Amino acid sequence: MVEEKTKMGTLAEEIFSKKLGREVKAGETVITDVDYIMSHDTTTPLAIDAWKEIGKPLHNPDNIVIVFDHYYPAPNSKGSNTHKQIMKFAKKQGIKNIFFKGVCHQIMIEKGFAKPGSIVIGGDSHTCTYGALGCFSTGMGSTDIGVSWATGKNWFKIPETINIEIGGNFQNGVYAKDLILNIIRKIGANGATYKSIEFTGNAIRNMQIHQRLTLSNMAVEAGAKTGLIQTDEKTANFLGANPLAEFVEIKSNNPKYESTYNFNISNIEPQIAFPSRVDNVKPIGEFAGLDIDQVFIGTCTNGRYDDLKIAADILKKRKVARFCKTIVVPASVGVYKKAMSNGLIDIFLDAGVTVGNPGCGPCVGRHQGILADNERALTTMNRNFKGRMGNPESEIYLASPATCAATAINGKITDPRKVI
Amino acid sequence: MAKVWKIGDDVNTDEIIPCSYYPRSNNKELGRYALIDSYPEFANNKKQGDILVAGHNFGCGSSREYAALALLHSGLKCVIAKSFARIFYRNCINIGFPILISRKLHNKVKQGHEINVQLSCGKIILNKATFKAKPLPEFVSKIISYRGIVQYLRENNLGDLQNV
Repeated sequence: MVEEKTKMGTLAEEIFSKKLGREVKAGETVITDVDYIMSHDTTTPLAIDAWKEIGKPLHNPDNIVIVFDHYYPAPNSKGSNTHKQIMKFAKKQGIKNIFFKGVCHQIMIEKGFAKPGSIVIGGDSHTCTYGALGCFSTGMGSTDIGVSWATGKNWFKIPETINIEIGGNFQNGVYAKDLILNIIRKIGANGATYKSIEFTGNAIRNMQIHQRLTLSNMAVEAGAKTGLIQTDEKTANFLGANPLAEFVEIKSNNPKYESTYNFNISNIEPQIAFPSRVDNVKPIGEFAGLDIDQVFIGTCTNGRYDDLKIAADILKKRKVARFCKTIVVPASVGVYKKAMSNGLIDIFLDAGVTVGNPGCGPCVGRHQGILADNERALTTMNRNFKGRMGNPESEIYLASPATCAATAINGKITDPRKVI
Repeated sequence: MAKVWKIGDDVNTDEIIPCSYYPRSNNKELGRYALIDSYPEFANNKKQGDILVAGHNFGCGSSREYAALALLHSGLKCVIAKSFARIFYRNCINIGFPILISRKLHNKVKQGHEINVQLSCGKIILNKATFKAKPLPEFVSKIISYRGIVQYLRENNLGDLQNV
């Protein structure tokens, strides 16, 4: 037993070694089966083209997942025609895992498709989100999706791993979003390119799953291939509570990390990423008071129930500022229903918030909440690139759900510690 | 010899092709809009066979393949960067668009310089200096030799990805 353990390595090496039935190490290029292949309404059309060109039948329609989230319901006929084309393809090929119920990454988690120890690829860069559950999940382009539809496999270079060890306890009003922004500020938008990040340390063990998902979701903003977290009791409880999910233990064994960074969250204040780079991060401090035209809370980063709860607790019995457009988009129908039965939706509506249908919402600039020229948005999104919200003449600032909710009340950037 | 267009670090996929320019009925049309908002001088004056020389993390951001397709159809011979973002890098390999990694070239080359690039061996010649691009993994070289993974799979009955 002991000998066997010493053979293993980082979480990424561990997952691929188990999958291939032999020991693999960082740097090796391997071909392996993938457990699920996800794509959405923006990346599926080109995957269909690639698959058709390969000219082979689908390897297994049951491990294909297609989610309509980036612009559903369609904002125009161009969009609905694309949706129609995807639905026609899915119907003809017998693909059953078709969803209109929210952001693809939240669906993958709720449906139990993101299982610890499995390998999942997705035609979306934030597929790395399920790393928080010990699943090796990574984003790929449409051709890769089409390739895996036809073969059930893909090629991977086993990544080196950066260990991000986190200690301490969050101050009141500070959350995983502030931590990951702080991490990206330190390591840079290019700091983990081609690599896997492992989040370790006491603070991770104390952190709820929804906060871990926020960390892993943004691993790609540092260039990482995935952001893995070893499973524990919290993972087991989270997956155990979901009848569709399954728990498997995944741990690293004597991992050899390429490098290690240490963070102490006790010292971290609420953080804000300034336009138009995710690593352009500053503590909220002196920037409180900056006028904000639109607040948007939601997305695969921060649209889960616990994120909405944090925002609702701040907005309860309060109103959003008269000229601050405030939008909340639950990440999924499941999140929406829970928020509704626990009174969160009432709190939002009473505060003057517009509640959108589950999906990506304004995050991709295709529909709902496109910014006007020179407008400034504060949002829980993961990217603040120029034009991301549909208008290159606008500015996007990133923050936690708490900072966004506090800001909505004043129409100016507001430190959430002042209102909770 | 090819003309160099120089661009900095962290050019993201939304800059390479803004989402308002796709999807299109014919992907070839994407070429006209490559870098149109972020680098209009390039978009309006580029010629067939030119080369883009970029800094670190070229192609960061979204997994949307339209960015790689826009460059493929822009007439560029290749992109040479200090480093590429991972998904974009895979996308280029998969569609057969040549990309080379050279950490040294960017600092030595100027906008408008003429360079000679030999894609087969990764040799880059600027005036009298020679730069060698980073060699690619074996399987990746194989994909590139077929001008993309789709061609590779078609011509080899799924090749190394065949189920045995």
